Amino acid sequence: MSESIAILDTPPDLERPPLVSNHRSLSWITDKISTICEGRTPIWWWISFLLMASLACAGLSCIAYQIMNGVGVWGENHPNGWAWDITNFVFWIGIGHAGTLISAILFLTRQKWRTSINRAAEAMTLFAVMCAAIFPGIHVGRVWMAWFLAPVPNPYGIWPNFRSPLLWDVFAVSTYFTVSVLFWYTGLVPDLATMRDRAKSRAARYLYGIFALGWRGSNRNWRHYEMAYLLLAGLSTPLVLSVHSVVSFDFATSILPGWHTTIFPPYFVAGAIFGGFAMVLTILLPASLIYPQLKDMITRNHVDKMAKIILLTGTIVGYAYLMELFVAYYSGNKYEGFTFFSARLGINNPGWYRWAYYCMMTCNVISPQIFWFKWARNNWIVVFIVCQFVNAGMWFERFVIIVTSLAQDFLPSSWGHYHPSWVEQVTFAGTFGIFLSLFLLFMRFLPMIAMSEIKIVTPQADPHAYVPDSGVGISAHGPVETATHPGQTRAH
Amino acid sequence: MAEYRKVYGMGAEFNSAGELMRAAEKVRDAGFKVWDVHTPFPVHGMDKAMGLGKSWLSAPVLFGGTAGLLTAVALTCIPSFSIYPLIVHGKPYSAATIPAFFPIFFELTVLFSAFTTVFTLLIMSRLPQWYHPVFNWERFSRVSTDGFFLVIEARDPKFSENNTRSLLEGIGGAHVTLIHD
Repeated sequence: MSESIAILDTPPDLERPPLVSNHRSLSWITDKISTICEGRTPIWWWISFLLMASLACAGLSCIAYQIMNGVGVWGENHPNGWAWDITNFVFWIGIGHAGTLISAILFLTRQKWRTSINRAAEAMTLFAVMCAAIFPGIHVGRVWMAWFLAPVPNPYGIWPNFRSPLLWDVFAVSTYFTVSVLFWYTGLVPDLATMRDRAKSRAARYLYGIFALGWRGSNRNWRHYEMAYLLLAGLSTPLVLSVHSVVSFDFATSILPGWHTTIFPPYFVAGAIFGGFAMVLTILLPASLIYPQLKDMITRNHVDKMAKIILLTGTIVGYAYLMELFVAYYSGNKYEGFTFFSARLGINNPGWYRWAYYCMMTCNVISPQIFWFKWARNNWIVVFIVCQFVNAGMWFERFVIIVTSLAQDFLPSSWGHYHPSWVEQVTFAGTFGIFLSLFLLFMRFLPMIAMSEIKIVTPQADPHAYVPDSGVGISAHGPVETATHPGQTRAH
Repeated sequence: MAEYRKVYGMGAEFNSAGELMRAAEKVRDAGFKVWDVHTPFPVHGMDKAMGLGKSWLSAPVLFGGTAGLLTAVALTCIPSFSIYPLIVHGKPYSAATIPAFFPIFFELTVLFSAFTTVFTLLIMSRLPQWYHPVFNWERFSRVSTDGFFLVIEARDPKFSENNTRSLLEGIGGAHVTLIHD
């Protein structure tokens, strides 16, 4: 046996860093994650929750005010029939995409590092889609008619237009939300069982117990559970790519210069993942500072990998911006050329919103380029700052696409300025309140890291790591004693 | 004898996933049928060690997805071609219209498949099942943290209190306990 170890031993410089640092035991992992939900509610939590909940209430009041008075309280006009509302919708729905990418696509590609971030990212997906769904709902004006979006005939027997991308959007977003909830809940069941088994109070045991469905870690159940998880990941992967493609069809199927572009579906999907990862890091970096016990699970390695994804997708987005400009020039289409070169870049034209275009370019294309350097990816302050640039840049991208195309289109006589009203601004701020309040509640009551999944990537989970004859091996109950060398684990 | 009927089975605890897997192989080879292992996470290779095959949860999902696709075809085509053809921009309905329905076909296929996956999982795992005799075993609450358990049910034809106990102790099980219903 020792000979085989000598042959198969990996040279030390090629060893991968362990996904859970410091050889932590299984009970250590459970303890550190569960105690976040079990201890007394910390003061900082109450302060941030009250602030965010107040912001959410301000946003909801503005929504109520808008419903009572009509969309006239917004700054929208002719020709700017869509502005902040749809910008915010696309912004929020895009943020959700990183969660599904982490939970589904990285699962199918066997990226084991996803296990320490997937739960929080999936929760973020759900909350972002909830915020997104508010905007198309209220921008119809008469919200009591929003059921016209449903595929049922209206009182005159007229069915909705199934050829309309707006109806495709209804199907795509509602399916996305539903499937994300199912996927998230399926992943939560074993961890809810952990919370049930640890619960001290009767009420907690009862509530966690109901949602844990009586899960008892039986291998006859795990067998089906793993298949179900694989299927849900396989279903979510094309789904997440389809959702932002369908959102981009809202623009691409129109004939407006700046919208009528075949590059939109891949460009929107890359941008969604880009913006979503920035939001994941925006939330996870402060969370791991507040809970230092998580630092063995959310390591520098994880942040490094996410920064690389931001660099990759940001560069794809930059390529798409340049390709749009090239096609505007190469197609020879005057209107297309005007939108890109005059309205957006500001050549030979006042270019009312060119500042937004330059903000977008700087934030999305230039700022992530710093991630080519390892020191930048390892410095969490730099990472956090770049993520804020990306968050802002992705919002500006949607604003540029929507407003510059509408405000200055074919005929100068029909041009029109757009300014957001205070109602729109408070509503948008309110969605951040809703999003962060929901996330704080999630952190307080549900395990933030998928315990049953992160245990799989520890060395103890490998049944072949155990050496029965010598009696030494990797015990589930404590730190590893002698068989710690990763090469030895693989040699058996 | 009345007390004996209440016995659900016999459980043993193991130190690690590897020990439990070796024990499972031995219980399988001893010819037991009605037994199970309980772990905090799915253990790679345990299905084979228990003599279980591939999970066929995927089969109903194929039917669920097909049902979703057919629903979408009916939902889009019946109103558009027969009940109320809504002519927008002067565009008529013909076979060339069908690609405009593809997003809806796709979304409903995924939606129905996902629901079928989750409901089939619940049915095949017999969940929710809030009461189960193994929860009566005090040590069992560690199953969701770091406990590795093997439970042989009394329903198994080869089960007998003394022989099963000596088998479980012989394969390295600790805290061998009789579990009551």
